Amino acid sequence: MSGHDHDHEHSELSPMELRVRALETVLTEKGYVDPAALDALIDTYQTQVGPRNGARVVARAWVDPAYRAWLLSDGTAAIASLGYQGRQGEHIVALENTAQQHHMVVCTLCSCYPWPVLGLPPTWYKSAPYRSRAVRDPRGVLAEFGVGLPPETQIRVWDSTAEVRYLVLPMRPAGSEGLSEEQLAALVTRDSMIGTGVPKPVA
Amino acid sequence: MSYRSHADLGGRLGFGPIVNEPEDERFHAPWEPRVLAATLAMGAAGLWNIDISRATRETLPHYARLTYYEIWFEALLKLCAQRALVSDDELAAGHALQPPRALPRVLRAGEVGEVLARGAPTARAATTPARFAVGDAVRTYAGEVAHHTRLPGYVRGKRGVIERVHGAHVFADAHATGRGESPRWLYTVAFDARELWSGDAGATQVVSIDAWEPYLEPA
Repeated sequence: MSGHDHDHEHSELSPMELRVRALETVLTEKGYVDPAALDALIDTYQTQVGPRNGARVVARAWVDPAYRAWLLSDGTAAIASLGYQGRQGEHIVALENTAQQHHMVVCTLCSCYPWPVLGLPPTWYKSAPYRSRAVRDPRGVLAEFGVGLPPETQIRVWDSTAEVRYLVLPMRPAGSEGLSEEQLAALVTRDSMIGTGVPKPVA
Repeated sequence: MSYRSHADLGGRLGFGPIVNEPEDERFHAPWEPRVLAATLAMGAAGLWNIDISRATRETLPHYARLTYYEIWFEALLKLCAQRALVSDDELAAGHALQPPRALPRVLRAGEVGEVLARGAPTARAATTPARFAVGDAVRTYAGEVAHHTRLPGYVRGKRGVIERVHGAHVFADAHATGRGESPRWLYTVAFDARELWSGDAGATQVVSIDAWEPYLEPA
């Protein structure tokens, strides 16, 4: 048990903070969780795993045709070769955007998302407005994200209802021929890999 | 037996605008990462699986009023209470009052990297031939389901086409309801949006789900 003055310490905390702290304390005191494991989990998703991982995958696919072909035929293995694998990315399929077809990913039932390459999902991805409308009015959703596509472009929405996770391979920006892989990765946004955005233009 | 999921949101109207956020924003309150970590650590203890977790979350009566990490917290509490790991009086006191139960496993800090990197793959060896092949027309199950399922309401009873065959995977419906892994063939099924949304959808929209074989019949 901690020797903190709990009444004083808690006076500034929200009811939710207090409840979470109470549960965590009980779980720790009973030996169900290792506090250092909790810190390691948080550190992983706060500082190590995020959409820059996916951006490196995309940039590699843009510069290396053999890697691009591998990514599209066996996403899980091609992504693991760059060191990204595991929880919520056990089975990854990469989807290539073209002028004819634009892919967009949602999980209408919960919040399924390819954690090893994109990190934890943003709040909007887990929230009712996106989950409800992405499958019904994807063009309207894209417009809300500032993405306008030609009417003839097919919009292909992937509802992640099982344990397959989807990563969009966006189209390489025009005029990016001379850029390095690292410079290309900097153009790749999180939203462009969900399909609710496009990469940044070349400066 | 009645089962009601509050999480089946596809196609519903009236939830308002989407609020984007910067990509380096991870959490919105100090307690949110604690809930994430406690959920993952307790999930690794071996008393429940991810499908049981999802079933617990989606049936929370106040699901629609809760933020996502509030949903995770309430579901974790419920899972712990159901298994007599944590009691109401302990939660109120903020301290352990009863002796602990033995857990199958406790996730240690030194194992976190390895456990996350391993994940929990759901692909399994198939024991039956696949009933469908790419290009086959199928119709999804149209009825109510009295337990956790991953067949969204908006595609029920709809005609689609098999687009990908993913092999056999742990069947969520069975896994969530104590019937073991019961691997079944998993398919990506693509639907013309006009089949789903009767008229008010564009001709250039296609929506897919990933569906286990028991959800599907030949069309």
